[in-house]
Amino acid sequence: MSDAGDDRALWAELFDIAVPPAEAERETRRRGLFSRFKESLTKPRQAISPQLAGVFAPGLITRETWDELEEALIGADCGMDASLALVDALRDAAQQGRIVNRSEIAAGLANAVTLQMTPEPPRIPIGAKPTVILVVGVNGSGKTTTVGKLAHRLSELGQQVVIGAADTFRAAAIDQLAIWADRSGAQLVRQGPGADPGAVAFDAVVSGSARGADVVLIDTAGRLQTQHNLMEELRKVHAVVGKAAADAPHETLLVLDATTGQNGLSQARLFGEAVPLTGVIVTKLDGSAKGGIAVAINRELGLPVKLIGVGEKLEDLQPFDAAAYAQAIFASGDAG
Amino acid sequence: MFDTLSDKLQSVFSGLRGRGKLTDADIDQAMRAIRLSLLEADVSLPVVKQLTGAIGERARGAEVMTSLTPDQQVVKIVNEELAKLMGGASVNMPVAPRPPTVILMAGLQGSGKTTCSAKLARYYQQQGRAPMLVACDVHRPAAAEQLSVLGGQLGIPVHREDGVADAVGIAERGIAAAKAAVRDLVIVDTAGRTVIDEAMMAELVGVRDAVHPTAVVLVLDSMTGQTAVEVAQAFEDAVQFDGVILTKLDGDARGGAALSVRAVTGRPIYFVGTGEKIDALEPFHPDRMASRILGMGDVLSLIERAQQTVDVDQAKDLEKKILGGGMTLEDFLDQLRQIRKMGPIGQLLGMVPGFKTAMKGRDLQVDDRQLDRLEAIISSMTPSERRRPDTINGSRRQRIARGSGTSVQEVNQLLAQFKQMRKMMKRFGKGGMPPMPPALGT
Repeated sequence: MSDAGDDRALWAELFDIAVPPAEAERETRRRGLFSRFKESLTKPRQAISPQLAGVFAPGLITRETWDELEEALIGADCGMDASLALVDALRDAAQQGRIVNRSEIAAGLANAVTLQMTPEPPRIPIGAKPTVILVVGVNGSGKTTTVGKLAHRLSELGQQVVIGAADTFRAAAIDQLAIWADRSGAQLVRQGPGADPGAVAFDAVVSGSARGADVVLIDTAGRLQTQHNLMEELRKVHAVVGKAAADAPHETLLVLDATTGQNGLSQARLFGEAVPLTGVIVTKLDGSAKGGIAVAINRELGLPVKLIGVGEKLEDLQPFDAAAYAQAIFASGDAG
Repeated sequence: MFDTLSDKLQSVFSGLRGRGKLTDADIDQAMRAIRLSLLEADVSLPVVKQLTGAIGERARGAEVMTSLTPDQQVVKIVNEELAKLMGGASVNMPVAPRPPTVILMAGLQGSGKTTCSAKLARYYQQQGRAPMLVACDVHRPAAAEQLSVLGGQLGIPVHREDGVADAVGIAERGIAAAKAAVRDLVIVDTAGRTVIDEAMMAELVGVRDAVHPTAVVLVLDSMTGQTAVEVAQAFEDAVQFDGVILTKLDGDARGGAALSVRAVTGRPIYFVGTGEKIDALEPFHPDRMASRILGMGDVLSLIERAQQTVDVDQAKDLEKKILGGGMTLEDFLDQLRQIRKMGPIGQLLGMVPGFKTAMKGRDLQVDDRQLDRLEAIISSMTPSERRRPDTINGSRRQRIARGSGTSVQEVNQLLAQFKQMRKMMKRFGKGGMPPMPPALGT
């Protein structure tokens, strides 16, 4: 069911890479793909969650409707502030007569979320040679897997990729990355376990430049945002990368587990204080986890979501589509 | 980051004191503050509702309405209701009457199963058991390797089968291998899965039925949000887990997910993971979790750690010395080292109730490396200098600075502070205490 050509066009657009000839009708394909992508996001759930079926059923809007909506947003981990703001926006629309029936709320909400998050499709332009992408996040958020999948996608588009295995702490993290590098044909720059992560990152960028690579992906060790020394280490990795190549890293992406609750705000805030973040990757957005914390983070810190992972398979990592995501928030988590 | 619930309630009730009686509207406002506080801590919405219902009912009772300190009364009720929901006492993980005890680890991807499996093995190894690890995560690349590395560090055998995709088979053979090697505890690590992946859930059920675990343990990330209930319910429906291990609790997550899972499934929490290191696993204390969820610090854990690391007799001797004004830099170094044995200083301070609130907005980052420098400076002194800091003249200061890789200013600062501290302690000693014998070294 996955059509490689379509995917390529979508990723090429994300990375701002010229697509090889056969992609003349790229625009139409892209449209087709976005709708399919929405489908893939909502497929496991199909139905709107039972709790919300009442909210969206045709009928008059009452006070309870807003309460139920607020609860649904909180239940998706959007947090109190973001939830109230969204409900207020919709209530205003209702008072102005732009929303009359309950059945219009879903569309109105998707609209409001889309407007807030990213009206424009996200970009990770691969321009500088090499373009350096630093991937950071807490333990277990899915950094290594995401780096592996990104390497695969970039390789598919004919990009030469170097991966820097700067997670030298977790046992076997380097081996895990080596397997991904092998699968995608990317080159791996590694040192032994316990090596200085700054040195690995530096080596990766220098060797990427020397080999004429297009992209250098740097995987870092997971760290809780409250661990001061480890955050200082990250700061150093970031600085060292900047010394290895001008303007690097070009992207610093925070990987956020979609099951994360309000702690996600603290993660985005403290990681952002240590290294300037350029975007968020939400992983494990599988239907039960709605990742609403990304909405709260975007609202508070203005950080765009660039990629989302909706499952374990390679094709489950996708460029973020705010409209599809907004709809997904209201889908039921029940399988089948 | 968060206001504690006490702060919030204080502001709700401030201005009401002295008015005598609280109205229903006041209580409603307090309930909203509680609701917000619990939601910020990621307690799931249905559980929040259940809790605020119970708390509200009690708060409307006479004890609060007529109290002079209604905020404290309400906090007390909240604490009690939370503790009630968390379950009273700590619960131990079950042990099989006939060895080996088999523990099956289950959980979402990235919750920390593999690390936890190793920590658990180490914990029981310390208690004199003979654990064995079985690597059944056939999906994540290098997961078996990770377990092998951790097992190797601990000297605990790991059963792994590279290139085999059949998790059930590996589990069966792992148990057989453990029996053959007379290991009395087998910890089976499984692949992380999402709850909507039926094939993966079926695999987990297959492994469970093959190994007949003494306990199925759900590994839960303490940063989990509202989805915790769904996750727990899905694992409960599929494999009926017996208890929970809560991971990554060393961060600033309030861990409301723990409360939700407990409230919905009734399953106890056995352990909490509190750090990167392999020994960072502690038994779970329900009452302390309640304080954490409310953002109120954890003074009991702090005391416990102090008791584990501080030698009581030594401490008594030192107290005498300090109060007599006879403390030397040697004693100071001992003290410093003992405190540091208890853990990173920032983590310790976080356990002090009210500390986080008091420091809010201020950049008080207690850096362990600052303490490293103190240690280095004192260690660069000769024993006689440590006992008699007054003898440290200019050229000695230069030598100490060079030796410790610091500057003369830093050495000066340390000596000045030490002098002042000793003076203060002496005054303490002379104050409320009976006169002490004249101390040596002054």
